[in-house]
Amino acid sequence: MVAEANVSKQDLQRQRTLQTLRTVFMPLGQLILFIIGSAVVLGLIVVVVAFFLSRSDPKIMQTAIAILPQVMIDGMVRGFLFATIALGYTMVYGVLEFINFAHGEIFMVGGFVGAGVAYLLMQWGLLSTLPWLVFVVIALVVGMTVSGLLAMATERVAYRPLRNSPRLVPLISAIGMSLVLQDVVRLIATSSPLGFNARFETPNFGKPFQIASIPLGERAIPVQISPKAVIFIVAALLMLLALNYLVNATRLGKAIRAVAQDRATASLMGINVNQIISLTFLIGGALGGAAGVLFGMNIGTVNPYMGFIPGLKAFTAAVLGGIGNITGAMVGGIVLGFLEAFVASYLSLFTGGAFSGASYADIAAFSILILILIFRPEGLLGESTTQKV
Amino acid sequence: MKRIMSLIVLVGVLMSLLAACGSAPAASPTTAPATTAPATAEATVAATTEATVEATVEATVEATVEATVAPTEATAEPTPAAMTVVEYIMATAAGMTPEAAAALGTITIASQSPLSGDQAALGTGIRNGVELAIEQANVALAGSGVEIGFTPFDDQAQPEVGSANAKNIVSDPDILCVVGHLNSGVALASLPDYSNSSLVMISPANTNPKITESGYANAFRVVGRDDLQGPIGARFAEEIGVKTVYILHDKTDYGQGVAEFFKLEAERLGLEVLAFEGTDEKSDFSSILTPLQAANPDMIYFGGLYPQAGPLLRQARDRGIMAQFLGPDGLDSPELAKLAGDALEGTYYTTVAAPVSQFPNAAQYATDYTAKFNGSAPPFSAQAYDSAAFCQAAIVTAAVEANGKPTREQVLTAMKSLPALSGITGTYSFSEKGDPNPATYYIFATNSDPAMWDQNELTSKIESAPPTE
Repeated sequence: MVAEANVSKQDLQRQRTLQTLRTVFMPLGQLILFIIGSAVVLGLIVVVVAFFLSRSDPKIMQTAIAILPQVMIDGMVRGFLFATIALGYTMVYGVLEFINFAHGEIFMVGGFVGAGVAYLLMQWGLLSTLPWLVFVVIALVVGMTVSGLLAMATERVAYRPLRNSPRLVPLISAIGMSLVLQDVVRLIATSSPLGFNARFETPNFGKPFQIASIPLGERAIPVQISPKAVIFIVAALLMLLALNYLVNATRLGKAIRAVAQDRATASLMGINVNQIISLTFLIGGALGGAAGVLFGMNIGTVNPYMGFIPGLKAFTAAVLGGIGNITGAMVGGIVLGFLEAFVASYLSLFTGGAFSGASYADIAAFSILILILIFRPEGLLGESTTQKV
Repeated sequence: MKRIMSLIVLVGVLMSLLAACGSAPAASPTTAPATTAPATAEATVAATTEATVEATVEATVEATVEATVAPTEATAEPTPAAMTVVEYIMATAAGMTPEAAAALGTITIASQSPLSGDQAALGTGIRNGVELAIEQANVALAGSGVEIGFTPFDDQAQPEVGSANAKNIVSDPDILCVVGHLNSGVALASLPDYSNSSLVMISPANTNPKITESGYANAFRVVGRDDLQGPIGARFAEEIGVKTVYILHDKTDYGQGVAEFFKLEAERLGLEVLAFEGTDEKSDFSSILTPLQAANPDMIYFGGLYPQAGPLLRQARDRGIMAQFLGPDGLDSPELAKLAGDALEGTYYTTVAAPVSQFPNAAQYATDYTAKFNGSAPPFSAQAYDSAAFCQAAIVTAAVEANGKPTREQVLTAMKSLPALSGITGTYSFSEKGDPNPATYYIFATNSDPAMWDQNELTSKIESAPPTE
């Protein structure tokens, strides 16, 4: 009798662990599925279009195939950028049903803090001697702390007093906050040695990894991914896993989900709603800050206005994936990144230079996005009963 | 049903959008003749100026100076063969009767440039250049009884201040010529006032094509024009043996404009243009660089500014794209060196502004300037010196013809009929619109150390006649 109870208790324990593992790792599977799916679908479209066009000019097919792997990698890196920023939007939306338009600026602050850390390390002569992993960790920790605290402060100052006002009021407050943050950072940056266009110094990460080399005529087109981009992707995946674990498998996560579902009832159950909302902003802000640090490191420069456009696109990605859904935000980001990279790289080739791909990338990507939303208004992963954060 | 309807609407909107976009690139290079013209214009203009120069110089100067007027092409040489402005002024003033000199009364040249605010360094350089020119001319002319006064104005780099000053200037009948401005926007605000009273304005620094393209007969300048930077870039590309170019621009008036002119000239010169892409992306250029790497150009031309060019260059070099990189003067900032660092290798920019040290004939000027004003001469001050000298030449010529104090209209007429004269920054005659002929454009190779930006190496100098239409 006792043994039986023990066994069932063990079983239960094991079942619970399995359950946790599944909720944490399933999104990863979904994400990989979407990456492969987007790559295959868009790749096929490219091949088919190139096939029809190559009747008049056989070179188009060659070039299209030769750059395809690189375009996919570009798309993925770009997608992960939107995805990591979108996480912050979706967290806040899940809990408050409110679009935090200042999130793009939180991202930018993360980038600036990272650049500042790198600058200080360089001044102390540590930058070139430090192992790259230590550098990345230091920059990330400082960037995440500052951005997270800033997001929390933003909530306290600009959103909490307006929590019970009509929905448009905090939205306007958020837009105002976004402008304030841009210009405060500009003020600080221009009066510091970093300057308006700050350079993000990094230790030497080495040459890009050559994955393959595709012959095109007499030359070979390299397929490569830079070490910084690899760090970006790995960090983004870790962030997704950690966030999923936090939300789905911890007491804090349970409290966040409870607040998301019903604020009043949650407070009756003894949950400190204000604290939970603050923590949500802290987590969302820290994720945004991490994205900023990684992005700045990848790009090499930061400026006070760099958060606006990625912020807007990340918001779009969050909507595309089904806002309020963590995995959805990642998936939406990936799909948007792929769309943009494909359009930017191929439009010019396929139209014989009549359309500059890079200038029309946004138009094309967002048109496809509207198409997707017409047929799936709830977003790619959104369901009628959206799993809230 | 509703979805299908909205789908149809969407497709309709998209198609009209694409149609609108499609017509834009075709419509934009309407100014095409402007760039294709110089090559042919150069020959004809050179021929005509040569002829007129010889005629007028010999007529007015007779035997006083050995008229060794060479074709304008020869001006690239460090020792110009054309008559210098000072010699011309002296020779002309010598032909003035004593009565005329006595009737001259007070003649003043005004300058307008920012003397306060954050552009004061350049603006003060312009004022000092004019002051020095007038002072030296007065010393040289001491015997002839001609004395020219000087009134500096502070336009604060603001159009409304410049325009208010212009009203003061035209109301002073003694002012017969203005040297200014530093900022094209201020000059354009002030030009209507100058124009109403036919007052000559010579700009030492304005590169905006509108200065001489707006139909003001009284607008002149001694620097090149922005819209020739593109063609000059293409000529430089050809000069260094580039066969294929990949053109990028930032979709702004400035960047796309320069890039389009570059493209036209590059095609005319037989370079292969692999692509013409615009982007407002500021940070992540990967999806632009992938097709670029496949196209493998000899040179990347970027029409835009340094904040975008810096990361673009870095990312390109990181990927192993080693093509040469060329841009307009939007790249001319030490910030570019800060942002791009070592990636700057093989990067050039075209500009109309060269530091004083680049002018072989300005060595004496640089010394005089330092002696008088305690500090080295900033950019555009040598051009201001020349502008003032041309003012004096026109005034003296007009005074001889009027046999007394000339009117502003007479100064304007004299200005238009001046022969090709060599100043300290080059030899100029003015086109019908008031552009210098030829104007000199400079191509610098960048320096990857921001602190050494001043010492960027001059790679090439290209002279070009202004576009004629």
